Amino acid sequence: MAQIKVKNLRKEFGSFTAVESSTFTIEDGEFFMLLGPSGCGKTTTLRMMAGLELPTSGEIHIDGEDVSNKRASERDIAFVFQMFALYPHMSVGKNMSYPLLSQGMPRAQAREKVLEVARILGIEHSLKKPVRGLSGGDRQRVALGRAIVREPKAFFMDEPLGALDAEFREHMATELRALHDRIGATTVYVTHDQMEAMQMGDKIVVMNHGVIEQFGDPQQIYDWPATKFVGEFIGSPAMNFLDFHGSVARGSTSVLLGDCEMSIPESLDEYSGAVTLGVRPEHIHFSDHSSYRGEAIAVEYLGTTQIITIQTPHGIIKARVSSEVAVNSGETLGLTFDARTLSLFERTSGRALLSETNKAVIGNG
Amino acid sequence: MSFSVTEPSKRQKWFAGIVVVCYTLITLMPLVWIITTGFKSSPDSIAYPPKVVFTPTVEGYVNLFTTQTRMSPGVITEPRDHLPWYEQIVRKKGNTIVGPSRFSERFFNSVIIGFGSTFFAIVLGTTAAYAFSRFRVPLKDDLLFFILSTRMMPPIAVAIPIFLMFRNLGLNDTHAGMILLYTTVNLSLAVWLINGFIDEIPIEYEEAALIDGYTRFQAFYKVVLPQAATGIASTAIFCLIFAWNEYAFAVLLTSGTAQTAPPFIPTIIGVAGQDWPAVAAGATLFLLPVMVFTIILRRHLLRGITFGAVRK
Ligand SMILES: Nc1ncnc2c1ncn2[C@@H]1O[C@H](COP(=O)(O)OP(=O)(O)O)[C@@H](O)[C@H]1O
Ligand SMILES: [Mg+2]
Repeated sequence: MAQIKVKNLRKEFGSFTAVESSTFTIEDGEFFMLLGPSGCGKTTTLRMMAGLELPTSGEIHIDGEDVSNKRASERDIAFVFQMFALYPHMSVGKNMSYPLLSQGMPRAQAREKVLEVARILGIEHSLKKPVRGLSGGDRQRVALGRAIVREPKAFFMDEPLGALDAEFREHMATELRALHDRIGATTVYVTHDQMEAMQMGDKIVVMNHGVIEQFGDPQQIYDWPATKFVGEFIGSPAMNFLDFHGSVARGSTSVLLGDCEMSIPESLDEYSGAVTLGVRPEHIHFSDHSSYRGEAIAVEYLGTTQIITIQTPHGIIKARVSSEVAVNSGETLGLTFDARTLSLFERTSGRALLSETNKAVIGNG
Repeated sequence: MSFSVTEPSKRQKWFAGIVVVCYTLITLMPLVWIITTGFKSSPDSIAYPPKVVFTPTVEGYVNLFTTQTRMSPGVITEPRDHLPWYEQIVRKKGNTIVGPSRFSERFFNSVIIGFGSTFFAIVLGTTAAYAFSRFRVPLKDDLLFFILSTRMMPPIAVAIPIFLMFRNLGLNDTHAGMILLYTTVNLSLAVWLINGFIDEIPIEYEEAALIDGYTRFQAFYKVVLPQAATGIASTAIFCLIFAWNEYAFAVLLTSGTAQTAPPFIPTIIGVAGQDWPAVAAGATLFLLPVMVFTIILRRHLLRGITFGAVRK
């Protein structure tokens, strides 16, 4: 159990910078998500934290101790690999006892420990089986078991559910989170799946092109994206973006979108030029009184809700509304946005403008 | 009847079966010929048409392992009952055994040189291949290409320089010299084949072992080696087969102490006239070690050759 601190962590592969300069702190017992599209440097970050890759610069502290230049085996962490990396020439039990025996634990005691963990994971009947024949889920459990038996300071998992079938992934995600709640060990979990991150994580770091875009809990990140990228990457459908030219003054509470005045949260920044208004699909409502109009061009029924694709003067947006609202394709709709939830972004840098509502989340970032 | 794309039809199966049987017969024929000739008497071995049914005798084997001379008529009268069975066989032809032949020595040389060079080729090849596969080796591709390029001509093309080199270094006709030579020739094959096999093993296994608290060498030894075993075994067979059968260098570089079986076997012909059964007996025994070695590693060999295809 440990707190993990990462300071200005950087990794270059030749002239290519995989991780720019990452800084974040993972609190003891947290289920921490490293989220980002593939190739953004998540694995590299995790591998540096685990000691499988040496950082170009920067520091890693586990439990207050600087481990930046320590070997993987000296960091007392467990790593669950994407493809599980179970030793194919060993049985399930051997795979799980392997890390214990390497620490010099007596065989009998190791066997005991393995059995105990196998019970937690529900694989106690498979201990003698070779790992070759196991299903994806059981392999996953064995990989977890191998990590758990050692009672390490922290678990590092690199897309541990990536190799599983979609339907089973959901189940394992729940199981994994339950397991974490039971054991309470600090867990760093890498994923490119924003749903997974939102569903399981206590804290999320969103990365893109080797840069940390935002750090916070799932709700904060969803509601108050620090950059346009985060708003787009998180949420399904993604945040809608309406590009326009305008100016926002400090303290202003509205912007001119075309010739419609839109209420926004009180701005704490001032900016004028190319801006983007970000609005989540569920914060779009229909009202005949609104002068901001769009044409419904597709209706996608999802049970209790429906996704309406709308052509507006500022591009195509998607709204999520209750299925009870009757909307036909081709219909012209008056649109209103929940003023309190809107974000404004500088279009060139993608940075969110500070407002009264998001200052608590992105204020010091 | 349902039609299946993957399952061959009955007729196709029959056809395939017949082809396999024919091929097997063709390849087995010389082998059967050699093995049976080894158990024929001298006249039977050159009978025409060839005898399929014959009275088996171990005369060929006795001739192979012994040196004999013609006896003077006076000695023949001696009673034969107390003589060992092999002496009795020889006496029937009017010969007597004066000592063992060189065959077992030469055979033993083959074993030492064949297995010795295979051992070194595999040990060096595996470690080199591991390094090529896992470490950042400067000029890696060029080095690998250079290693392969040593096999782009037949090894015998450099026979003269090697002969001169060996003579100057005092390696002519020594076990060490032959082991060194065969190891060198086999090493490129070993590095390339094993490199391919190790490349196929995901590096995560070793990383998992490193995190589990093992040293790099332990990770190599306990995780990589067992998984590369099939590949290493099949490579070992290829190396052994080459070293075992190699003839040209053996003729050139060995004549006495370190002479291997291949250059020795033809000399049997000359020892006691055209003694085909003895030659066949020598060839049969010569086949055995590689056959046994291959059978022991057979499972690995098949899997090793189809390694890449099976894994994915
Ligand atoms: N050993 C390496 N050598 C060179 N480039 C690498 C190496 N490992 C990763 N990269 C590059 O670094 C970037 C980040 O990789 P990675 O951390 O694996 O991304 P992610 O896990 O987020 O998908 C990728 O563009 C990848 O090609
Ligand atoms: Mg990755």
